[in-house]
Amino acid sequence: MAPRFDSVQQVRDGLKAVNYLADDGIAGVAFLADRLGKPILVEGPAGTGKTQLAKSIAEMTGARLIRLQCYEGLDESKALYEWNYKKQLLRIQADRNSDSWSEVHDDIFGDEFLLRRPLLEAITADEPVVLLIDEVDRVEVETEALLLEILSEYQVSIPELGTITAKQIPLVFLTSNNTRELSEALKRRCLFLHVDYPQMDREKEIVLTKVEGITEMLADQVARIVRSIRQLDLKKSPSVSETLDWARTLVLLGIDTIDAEQAKETLHILLKYQSDIAKAAKELSVD
Amino acid sequence: MLELLSGFIVELRNAGLPVSLTENLDAMTAISHIPLEDREAFKYALGATLVKNHAHWRSFETVFEVYFSLRGPEYNIIDGDGEGSIDDFLRQMQDAQMKGEGNGGAGGMDQLTPEELMNILMNALMNGDQAMMRALARQAVQRFAGMEPGRPVGGTYYLYRTLRNLDLDGMSEKLMQASREQVGGELTKLEERLERDEYNHRIEQFKQEVEAEIRRRLVADRGAEAMAKTLRKPLPEDVEFMHASRDEMQNLKKALQPLTRKLATKLARKRRHGRKGPLDFRNTVRHSLAYGGVPAEPKFKYPRPSKPELIVVADISGSVAAFARFTLMLVYALSNQFSKVRAFVFIDGIDEVTDYFKKTEDVSEAIARINTEADVIWVDGHSDYGHAFEVFWEKWGKEINPKSNVILLGDARNNYHASQAWVVKEMKQKARKVFWLNPEPRSYWNTGDSIVGEYGTHTDGVFECRNLRQLEAFVEKLA
Repeated sequence: MAPRFDSVQQVRDGLKAVNYLADDGIAGVAFLADRLGKPILVEGPAGTGKTQLAKSIAEMTGARLIRLQCYEGLDESKALYEWNYKKQLLRIQADRNSDSWSEVHDDIFGDEFLLRRPLLEAITADEPVVLLIDEVDRVEVETEALLLEILSEYQVSIPELGTITAKQIPLVFLTSNNTRELSEALKRRCLFLHVDYPQMDREKEIVLTKVEGITEMLADQVARIVRSIRQLDLKKSPSVSETLDWARTLVLLGIDTIDAEQAKETLHILLKYQSDIAKAAKELSVD
Repeated sequence: MLELLSGFIVELRNAGLPVSLTENLDAMTAISHIPLEDREAFKYALGATLVKNHAHWRSFETVFEVYFSLRGPEYNIIDGDGEGSIDDFLRQMQDAQMKGEGNGGAGGMDQLTPEELMNILMNALMNGDQAMMRALARQAVQRFAGMEPGRPVGGTYYLYRTLRNLDLDGMSEKLMQASREQVGGELTKLEERLERDEYNHRIEQFKQEVEAEIRRRLVADRGAEAMAKTLRKPLPEDVEFMHASRDEMQNLKKALQPLTRKLATKLARKRRHGRKGPLDFRNTVRHSLAYGGVPAEPKFKYPRPSKPELIVVADISGSVAAFARFTLMLVYALSNQFSKVRAFVFIDGIDEVTDYFKKTEDVSEAIARINTEADVIWVDGHSDYGHAFEVFWEKWGKEINPKSNVILLGDARNNYHASQAWVVKEMKQKARKVFWLNPEPRSYWNTGDSIVGEYGTHTDGVFECRNLRQLEAFVEKLA
């Protein structure tokens, strides 16, 4: 199959065209993932655009996004496939006396009775797809094993049908908020990408592209204040999405330049813990 | 190239990063897709395939700098295909330096006086001029570090010498002054704060440039292997509490937060997914109705293990203070995994500090208060475990109950005072479990004035807890 991207720069520009500003690391790893045919494990603090990255890549390449949201208790009938047993029962009852046993047996374990779940759907798709396995750290360690076959070989083994191999290799993104250590086996199969809070300049760019009607001056101020706040020792640093919310609020309030008072009054959009807000307010006004 | 890369990977393993064979192969494939002259892309290709834990990224970066620092575009000494061993690099590097010194590689800076140099630096910092800053870093190292080939001195020495001559702390003030003048008047508090952060950021960048420059020169002098060895630092989870430098402490603190989050999830999960208990008769009968009264689906009771109660008694004298602080931080960050946590600290006197943690959400603030306010000195401020335990038993001994886990923290270096080990024995009889955590390496136990063995016989276990990894393993076992 032909590679999707020609160069790192192309990935970067493409992402920019769909309003996702990637840095060198992000674009480079996405490029490599395509060339090596390997999944990307995206890790980092909440709200730094991990899920958005997968969405943007899908949008950029014009592929369909298939999303598997992970949660505790996810099992193969939700992730891979399931037999539609009600339909199977109907099939058996419909012609109880006509077919021979082997015919019915072959028939009810056919494609028609297979319910495709996201993982199977992704590898059997004809058109290009991007598979997003979101918050993979939420499943138990044992469930992780479900993913291993599909991630390394791009195939799913169904006992009754045999092995289904991918028609084309999808781009796979796994995101993790790092609430637990993922198994070595899973990590080994993936390229690793850590998405951190962006540098100030990049954050300013992000604010400028994502928030409508913001002046460059205000965006600059927003980015600077957020950087200062992130340097404090807080329970939860403001994420990019919170920065954007804050910038939008400021625009709606018709503020052109932020002074300490206004910053203090709107801090609760940026920070979610009372102790953090108090600390930041103190730091910003008295220094 | 292959040779260089395998040397690089061996060094990563030496630094403690788990690099498997498949990852090694992936890295090789990855770089074949990347234009080698693009240094950033090259670095990210290696990073994405070899480093699977963000905590290891710093170590990776250091090793990368050492092995591939001479290949940066600013040096332009290696041809694109990257053939050649380190010896080759060395020779070419020296050539380049020679040339550089001859015709002024860093611009015409050689002729400048130190004052002029400082002015240029200030301007560069003021305007955030990256290229200028890099050139200045080179110049500064050349001028002030006084590097001599073959001298067995670490990079920090040169760094210190260079930075001392540059007076960067004063620079920050001067920059602030200048920007005040620029606006013509006073800045508001907020603006001032933001400006200061901006300048500090740029100065930090400049420092990194200087550091990188020194490293480049050292590698050129000694070769990558030797250099990597001197720069090798333990990963955050392997840093010993007792010998951590200030920088390492900072890193430890940063590593602690995600760790507690992970531990909390793990513990909560463990509690929920306990073993199945005895048959739940009512529930089974209820469900049997769905099968026409046949108990086809047996239901079981899930045991709900009660959360343990924790009493932490920590020695906070100088030698083990850092360890005690970390353990307290970890325990309190996990406090919702325990039904009750009480904390006591001692040197030769003992004091309860539970309230400090109750009043504030911020654990580090509470720890700071312990250091200044807790009343832990009885006579001379040298550890006296015996006296501290005795007082503990008198005042709070009654409150130990069969649900409580007592954790004693310290190196048990008692300065040859009476041990009063009977207190620990009594504790063990009343409490559910008594553990002792010792931050010293096992081989030091019971040497000199350490009497951990004497206390240890009365506990349910003495654990060596030298680094985060061991501490984590212990906490996981406990809850």
